[in-house]
Amino acid sequence: MIVNMRPKSGAHIGVKANVSFIMWQVMLALIPATVFGLWLFGWPAINLFIVTLLSGLLFEAVCIRLQGRAVKPVLIDGSALLSAWLLALTLPPWAPWWIGVVGSALAIILGKQVYGGLGQNLFNPAMLARVALLISFPIEMTTWANVSPLFFSQSPGLIESWHITFSGLENIDAKTGATVLGMIKTEFSQHHVLSEILQDYSGFGNFIGWARGSLGETSVFLIGLGGLWLMRQGIIQWHIPFSLLGTVVILASIFHLIDDQHFISPLLHLSSGGLVLVAFFIATDYVTSPNTQAGQIVFGMGCGVLIFVIRTWGAYPEGSGFAVLLMNSATPLIDYYIKPRIYGRDRQGKPLEIPKS
Amino acid sequence: MSNASTIATSLWSSAGLFNQVVGFFSKPVIRGGIHAEGHKALTSFQNINYDFPLPKKLYIPLQQHVGKPAEPVIRVGDKVLKGQLLAYSQGMISAPVHAPSSGIILDVNDYPAPHPSALPIRMIVLETDGKDEWLKIIPIDDPFLLTPEDISLRVGAAGIVGLGGATFPTAVKLNMGRENQIDTLIINGSECEPYLSCDDRLMQERAEQIIDGVRLMLHGMESDHAVVAIEDNKPQAYLAMQLAATAYPDINVIQIPTRYPMGWDRQMIRFVTGKEVPVGCRSSEIGVTIHNIGTAHAVHKAIRFGQPLVSRVITVSGGAVRRPMNLEVPLGTLISELFEFCEVSTAQTARIVMGGPMMGDSLPHTGLPTVKATSGLLALTQHELKSSDVQPCIRCAGCVSVCPAGLRPLDMANNIRVNQLDAAVDLGLKDCISCGCCSYICPSNIPLVQYFKYASGEVIARQQAQHKSEQTKRLMDDRNARMERIAKQQEEDEKARIAAKAERERLKAEQAAQAEQESLA
Repeated sequence: MIVNMRPKSGAHIGVKANVSFIMWQVMLALIPATVFGLWLFGWPAINLFIVTLLSGLLFEAVCIRLQGRAVKPVLIDGSALLSAWLLALTLPPWAPWWIGVVGSALAIILGKQVYGGLGQNLFNPAMLARVALLISFPIEMTTWANVSPLFFSQSPGLIESWHITFSGLENIDAKTGATVLGMIKTEFSQHHVLSEILQDYSGFGNFIGWARGSLGETSVFLIGLGGLWLMRQGIIQWHIPFSLLGTVVILASIFHLIDDQHFISPLLHLSSGGLVLVAFFIATDYVTSPNTQAGQIVFGMGCGVLIFVIRTWGAYPEGSGFAVLLMNSATPLIDYYIKPRIYGRDRQGKPLEIPKS
Repeated sequence: MSNASTIATSLWSSAGLFNQVVGFFSKPVIRGGIHAEGHKALTSFQNINYDFPLPKKLYIPLQQHVGKPAEPVIRVGDKVLKGQLLAYSQGMISAPVHAPSSGIILDVNDYPAPHPSALPIRMIVLETDGKDEWLKIIPIDDPFLLTPEDISLRVGAAGIVGLGGATFPTAVKLNMGRENQIDTLIINGSECEPYLSCDDRLMQERAEQIIDGVRLMLHGMESDHAVVAIEDNKPQAYLAMQLAATAYPDINVIQIPTRYPMGWDRQMIRFVTGKEVPVGCRSSEIGVTIHNIGTAHAVHKAIRFGQPLVSRVITVSGGAVRRPMNLEVPLGTLISELFEFCEVSTAQTARIVMGGPMMGDSLPHTGLPTVKATSGLLALTQHELKSSDVQPCIRCAGCVSVCPAGLRPLDMANNIRVNQLDAAVDLGLKDCISCGCCSYICPSNIPLVQYFKYASGEVIARQQAQHKSEQTKRLMDDRNARMERIAKQQEEDEKARIAAKAERERLKAEQAAQAEQESLA
């Protein structure tokens, strides 16, 4: 006679995935874009990346310790590492070390732990930190290093990189410039039109990531590849990325067709800034996006509209962070109004009528 | 990382992204559900085994069905034959119990039930004599000459209940079908639970008998259209059934997609007929009745040969079973004997499950009998089980997308966790069918179904407690009113008594005065 453990109901079998498996899969998908970004911007970017990740883990550990819980299992779930990683990818690559530390603190402490930890936060931690940094430290957050890949002559050496990261960048003008979206915004304010502004713009360079920008956002190609792989793995669904990108493309196409001198083309939208990273990795964050597929489409479209509006008419050249935070705050509302119909009931929850035969 | 494919296959259909996008905008026919790993090949390629030795003792519970328990008609020490009535059905919804073999009644007493609690219920203990001697039965020449009412009566008398696991008395369903003039009889051959293959084998080996049972059911319900629905992971069963049904144009054998829980009656009704059963309604009210393959087979045996339901085909499978198989066993066989026959490794068994791995119950030990509802017995290893390492919910909404009933399990669970049961009921707790898809898919290993079962039980308990307190209050009020009435009555009686006394005294005084006057006169 076999004597068994305490009774358990429900599915006795199930998927073998767990939370940390999902987090590591996302990080795996980020590796190509991250490695490319680190190579493209050299040692200072590597310093910043390491500082941000380590401080993210540290803040998570401190918070868990303060709650009197065991630190190790929480750190292993990878959620803090992923948040810090995503934040690092959205920072200017040569930003000083304290930007990474303050950003991680904002993301982990204010963005996540004060709400009650994993699964409880209202806003995406990485975007919350990024937006807070952008508003608080506008100079540091808009100083974009020139493309200077590792092992090339312009690339700063290891020692020089420590100077850049830990005591600040000297000779700023020679080594930095504007992003494409930033440049367009500035030129528009001086009443130039697109055909003048984009004279020496390379669409292909922008697409593969050979351009100024955030540490890991420049290569739309590699980010998109990672995102599609995640979809293939079933970690994310198509609803948010496709509706978000689709909305931006449709809006941009309409306006670009109406006036191609004042509204940038959908391709330029797609290949610039953080749009694709946001679409595949930030907006798809489980915790802060709606539960139903229809709700996710509404969420994605909302993000898309806001990104287009902020980019086109807002004061900031890039609006992805703001758009995601605004839609995060709308998520509970979307979940309240868009819910699945229960079998045998109508949308209001009343039983269906018996059909007369 | 080796598990990458598991989650991928469950969430990403082979149809690809394009079909997913298109599918989202077209009206879904099958909602939710999961693609679970089948594990059916362990047993589905072998014939049903009939070599199981007759057990020395059989433990036959008096309740093996939904409704009231049966009432014994035998006494301890009685000698019974196989198929003899042991306990008769009581009330409208109930079913009788028959002797699974010949022998002597040893005891009628409380023994542990095949239930997660293993609490004692009434059982008849039969010591078999090894002869397995049938009761004398007179076969019928042409059952189609019987009246439909007679078919129901015979099915009821044979103790047949829904063998898919619901164990609702079949005769009651036949009657409801006849009263509601149903237009479609669905025969559920989906067997969507992983591991189980007893229905699959039954369809392959006894297709003609099953089709005959279907025809008898149609006759019993005075209906003329049946659909046999078989999941497309059982092509052999489908071919066998189709061949058996060729002669009968009113029986339509179809293949349905493999997707758990396809066998949920309401999901299948919607897929086959396009009709949705309203909440609080029986499917016969919209003109559809659904029965299991095994039930149809049992009806065939009961009507053609007069044999009551005394045995069934059971799948014994799982990673800890050395000889997994389907075998026909008498009802009341102890699980321990079955496990011994199938060479179950005690050391490897991490959990014993009765039924399928999705909806089955885990049993505390093997000293429990098999019953009419037992479709499978699984001895699962630790490796096969879902991890019980619970992590925080990350709102991945996997549970929302797999729920076939359209519920939001994560919100319900959050409310139940903080004891907000009313909020959980508002979210649809009572519409949960415990199919287990949400627990299956949850990456945080949250035992969602356990939550919902607990909450449902708790809600019923609270309602009963409230009902009881209301009842008590009503009784108190009644008593107070009665006491008041009595007190008032007594007061009035007292007043009347005083008044009467005064009157009597007055009369007496008058009489005395009169007498005095008379005497003076």
